[in-house]
Amino acid sequence: MSRPDPAQHRLSPARLLDVDPLLEDPRTRIIVCCGSGGVGKTTTAAALGLRAAERGRKVVVLTIDPARRLAQSMGIDSLDNTPRRVKGIDDSAGGELHAMMLDMKRTFDEIVEAHADRERAAAILGNPFYQSLSAGFAGTQEYMAMEKLGQLRARDEWDLIVVDTPPSRSALDFLDAPKRLGSFLDGRLIRLLTAPAKLGGRAGMKFLNVGMSMMTGTLGKLLGGQLLKDVQTFVSAMDTTFGGFRTRADATYKLLQAPGTAFLVVAAPERDALREAAYFVERLAAEDMPLAGLVLNRVHGSGADRLSAERALAAAENLEEPRIVDQEGGKAVLRNSPDAQDSSDSPTPGTPAGAPASAPEGGSPTEDAESSENTGHAEDPERSVDQLTAGLLRLHADRMQLLSREQRTRDRFTALHPEVAVTEVAALPGDVHDLTGLRTIGDRLAADERELPDPADRPEPPEATA
Amino acid sequence: MSRLQVVSGKGGTGKTTVAAALALALATEGKRTLLVEVEGRQGIAQLFETEALPYEERKIAVAPGGGEVYALAIDPELALLDYLQMFYKLGSAGRALKKLGAIDFATTIAPGLRDVLLTGKACEAVRRKERSGRFAYDYVVMDAPPTGRITRFLNVNDEVAGLAKIGPIHNQAQAVMRVLKSPETAVHLVTLLEEMPVQETVDGIAELRSARLPVGRIIVNMVRPEVLDETDLELLRTVPRSTVARSLSSAGLGGARRGGHAERLVDPLLAQAEEYAERYTLEHEQRAVLAELGLPLHELPLFAEGMDLAGLYELARELREQGVS
Repeated sequence: MSRPDPAQHRLSPARLLDVDPLLEDPRTRIIVCCGSGGVGKTTTAAALGLRAAERGRKVVVLTIDPARRLAQSMGIDSLDNTPRRVKGIDDSAGGELHAMMLDMKRTFDEIVEAHADRERAAAILGNPFYQSLSAGFAGTQEYMAMEKLGQLRARDEWDLIVVDTPPSRSALDFLDAPKRLGSFLDGRLIRLLTAPAKLGGRAGMKFLNVGMSMMTGTLGKLLGGQLLKDVQTFVSAMDTTFGGFRTRADATYKLLQAPGTAFLVVAAPERDALREAAYFVERLAAEDMPLAGLVLNRVHGSGADRLSAERALAAAENLEEPRIVDQEGGKAVLRNSPDAQDSSDSPTPGTPAGAPASAPEGGSPTEDAESSENTGHAEDPERSVDQLTAGLLRLHADRMQLLSREQRTRDRFTALHPEVAVTEVAALPGDVHDLTGLRTIGDRLAADERELPDPADRPEPPEATA
Repeated sequence: MSRLQVVSGKGGTGKTTVAAALALALATEGKRTLLVEVEGRQGIAQLFETEALPYEERKIAVAPGGGEVYALAIDPELALLDYLQMFYKLGSAGRALKKLGAIDFATTIAPGLRDVLLTGKACEAVRRKERSGRFAYDYVVMDAPPTGRITRFLNVNDEVAGLAKIGPIHNQAQAVMRVLKSPETAVHLVTLLEEMPVQETVDGIAELRSARLPVGRIIVNMVRPEVLDETDLELLRTVPRSTVARSLSSAGLGGARRGGHAERLVDPLLAQAEEYAERYTLEHEQRAVLAELGLPLHELPLFAEGMDLAGLYELARELREQGVS
């Protein structure tokens, strides 16, 4: 494997996605975060919402299935389906952050309650078919997320809505399900089932009607006749109370295409996630949905990327090999002392500690070194430091291999979609579950340039600086 | 050993991979297993590097020692047609129903119905016998829906009870539930050593248990190798930078003096180690959470270069060595 070129460690797409102008632009009214599961979609949505709010916008974040602690950090661990104001944000710019967790059954119930008189609403809500549909139909969650989005938009209380999308089986579901549910409930078949009387009157439809009764007969036998009756009552009740589902689904769909909506595809630099992302990008284009760009989460970097994996491994072996010999001979101290004298040019005493030390202790590196050398450890300290250093080098080799894998995956994506603006978010070692963590993510989302390695520090081919 | 092995897990934990490895592991020593896919993602075909699976059982791999792995991607619509065929001898009327959208209607009308068809097909394969009286498959491994949906998916009886109170679907649901709630079945959950998947596993197990579905094992997937151990991490907290610089220098990485090559590596390397230490602590916490569940716990290694067929056989061997099959 060739040594990774440091200049290529970061993606150099045709465009860098700058999220701040997008978040600050008052014309941006809806941001939809989509992508496959497990790529940090919800966290991204929450971080974007927080960042926009702290830049003065009145934001509501609609999450679908947040991790418990993330939800708690925003104070929305209660499932009451209404936006709650998030406390603890910096509101000096005049912004507000609200957040809510989607309860799909509740949302469905609310639609019914809002459109039907009490008696009819009760009949619908108590219908077993409705109960099954509202809690478990494969597209209900997606449909209800869109429905809720439409409701929030209609209330016009917020100037920016950030939506997380459901963890679908595939990227397709999110766009297709509302239509599917709409056309299912509005479809020809269900119309036929619910209005056989109308058909009977028309001569040309006789044949079809015979087919229908055979079919309802079969379905009735299979499912038990009562289920079909439940469906029929349900659909006609729904239909007479508030128009067609398809109309509603279409309206939401148009809202997504409208100016003011921006889609962000969220992915991680992994093969499958980026494959899904590419697919999503194509799909959004085909549906005329406005794509703002790709958020690439959990991208790794290294401050020592000039040290290749191969060299790091070779150095680690250098440190480990003599140790094995020493363990046999029991002369570790003898080996280490001259070696350390020879090859390391120890810092001159008195040199001021200029560079910031990343050692956990506060003291300056020089002092640390001295105190350690003076005290000494019971067993051979140099040897265990060598062992630790070898570990550090192996860790670095792993990191460098990861970097080049991520690079290859990203390159494949950019080759396919050079038009897509990209922002990268550096990986965090742990999960995010407080506002501070979300703020950090927000900073990383926005600060693509600042993350770039210092150009003075490394040689770069001139064409890469564009 | 349960003959129906259901594998679930949070999305992104590699449950399809684990299900496939388990099917391979169970097929060793001349056994025959059926690997069943229910979500129409063609993940199995991708994994075994073959073309998309049809709705038909076909051999996709040979296990060490002469065993065979068959695979089947269940299509709920075709399963329903099958089913109608079996009970009503529909013939071409079935195709007419399909044309009218009736099949789509019936399979979407109630998620419960869809699930009965999927689990029903798997249970049928479990019970199927050859003429010799031997079971057609020694084991059936199901790549099931994710943890968040698994209890609903398996608990078809409850799902269907409210909808189809009588009729063949009702009876089928009853028959399926008898298999699923028996020791014939084990539901395994795949997780990662991360907070969210572990939390989902804990919640999922509670749900399965309250639905009285038999919980099998927890399989921790993609476990990273331990590069630094407890002692190293202890030392990391106190080690002077200059000592590390000298050590790097002695390994041939340049000067340890301030500004020297080795010295300039110290900060970034220590920063990477800090990240490692943080993750190490998190992983230990998550391991402890999983251990409290009191279920057999297995760990499978991460394949940094991504999963391929060779990796799959490797995982199968690992599962066998850990006594899963």
